[in-house]
Amino acid sequence: MSAWAQHLPALQVGVPLLTTPIIVLLRPHGLSWAAATLTSCFTFFIAVMLTVAVLQGQQVQYSMGAWPAPHGIALSVDAFSAILLLIVTGASTVALLAARQIVNAEIEASRQPLFYTAWLLALAGFVGILVSADAFNIFVFMEISSLASYVLIAGGSDRRALPAVFKYLVMGTIGATFYLIGIGLIYLMTGTLNLADMEVRIREVSDQKPILVAAGFITIGLALKAAVFPLHLWLPNAYTYAPVPVTVFLAACSTKVSLYLLLRFDFFLFQPNLLNHNIQFSYFIMPLAILAILAASSLAMFERNLKRLLAYSSIAQVGYILLGASLVSLIGLTASVIHMFNHALAKAALFLCVACLATRCANLRIDSLRGVAKQMPWTMAAFLLAGLSLIGVPGTAGFISKWYLITAALDEGLLGVGLIVVVAAGSLMAVYYLWRVIEAAYFGKTNEGAEIVGEAPLGILVVCWLVVLSNYYFGLAPSLPTTLSSAAAQILLGQVP
Amino acid sequence: MDWLGVYYYWAFAALLMIGFYAVIAKSNLIKKLIGLSMFQSAVFLLYITMGKIDDGTAPIYHEGISQQIFSNPLPQVLILTAIVVGISTVALGLGIIVRIQEEYGSIEEHEILGIDER
Repeated sequence: MSAWAQHLPALQVGVPLLTTPIIVLLRPHGLSWAAATLTSCFTFFIAVMLTVAVLQGQQVQYSMGAWPAPHGIALSVDAFSAILLLIVTGASTVALLAARQIVNAEIEASRQPLFYTAWLLALAGFVGILVSADAFNIFVFMEISSLASYVLIAGGSDRRALPAVFKYLVMGTIGATFYLIGIGLIYLMTGTLNLADMEVRIREVSDQKPILVAAGFITIGLALKAAVFPLHLWLPNAYTYAPVPVTVFLAACSTKVSLYLLLRFDFFLFQPNLLNHNIQFSYFIMPLAILAILAASSLAMFERNLKRLLAYSSIAQVGYILLGASLVSLIGLTASVIHMFNHALAKAALFLCVACLATRCANLRIDSLRGVAKQMPWTMAAFLLAGLSLIGVPGTAGFISKWYLITAALDEGLLGVGLIVVVAAGSLMAVYYLWRVIEAAYFGKTNEGAEIVGEAPLGILVVCWLVVLSNYYFGLAPSLPTTLSSAAAQILLGQVP
Repeated sequence: MDWLGVYYYWAFAALLMIGFYAVIAKSNLIKKLIGLSMFQSAVFLLYITMGKIDDGTAPIYHEGISQQIFSNPLPQVLILTAIVVGISTVALGLGIIVRIQEEYGSIEEHEILGIDER
């Protein structure tokens, strides 16, 4: 590794964090967008470099200020964090590339530098969670990303975003505080905050009860932030009333990062050290995952607003991700991690189509989108193709993760058959709720008195198609996400890859 | 186990639940935020108590002292950071409440939900 390549883990967080004060000062508003987009591209580039290093089998460890762990602050990147880094930085970059016109229309010029500052802070928080190997730093980065996301969601012109974001703030803070209680209890028993050190010292703890309580607090706290089914109430309105580029960014990564933490803590810290904890995890998470798939999909089937429909679908997808993990098997976890990647691709593509629609249509109710495909053929074609990936049609990225999930379920015997029925039912419901949109757009009669709208601006459309085509690229040549996610599953189960 | 001997944990749990109750039960957004703030403060107390040792003093080392018992400073440092996070959260929450008051003319949750449904 060359000299500066050693510092990649620190640069991954440092670059977006340190450019924020500059962006606040950039007054002509086009400039702040350009600076934010460049920074985001650069972070993506660093994530790619880190992934290459991980794929070559290097141990990417970093000690801040050369103070050795466990006393110094450690950063580390492995296959699991690398695939999430790609998702987060990639989603931020495509969302920013598409954001300019929509943000110009929705946010007045003087507030735009602040909006992009909040964006980069959210990005820095997310990547900070992923590279950090210290439980308390993870909490701080979690709060940085959450506070910045609240600002982003409330940043638009829709006043209904305000009560939605207040609810998100209250529930998000409760989730983070639960996490903090859990970390406190573990610190009380082990005297360390470094994750690797914690794992070693938990083994020596004689009284397991506080650790079990900590596991409960951390699981519930992170499930709240990840919108696991009965704790999802903050998500639909927050996604619906946020400015569309923010929805693209957050839908693709915010719940995934919390799920990453949930899996990392549970599999890395608790399952090897607590008696029967893998069974407890499975019995607790699996019913929630099944409920998420069935209940959220059925809510999406009767939803009239396109953005909220996709938000409910996101809650259902969190169910698929947890369903794979709750099997506690190598292939189940691989399915879980790969579905994080593929769902981020599909949902980013769908919300980018919504961004295209939002530039031309006054509101996003399915009724008012009747006949829109005649005027915006490229946008609706992209929506159709991205929808196929969300459903999991062969040839798309979504198919790969459903395939892994079904293969994992087949190992479970009779229970597995039931799970396959759930997955199939969820996919059929997805066919139905996406079909309602397609039917309205392609076969619906244009509303009387509706003004003639043209195709979306070329800039947004190109970004949208880029993401749609990557859905098909990773469906036909899935070696990158499958390699990373099977390595991630091995790490989680404690097998050296 | 001596139940009263760990009275500080009881204080933590009681404060935590009072705050949590306010967040869930109150309709006024400011009262909700006060509850949230108490909820966070309870966790600060949990951290502070875990670092305290009987007869322990502030960990300032100087010559001539070798038999002194020190309290653990690390949880206090952590809580300084967490307090800053808590203040930012409350400040942002209050900012959102001000905006809600401007837009809706009310800070009662049930009234706000009613206004948008009409």
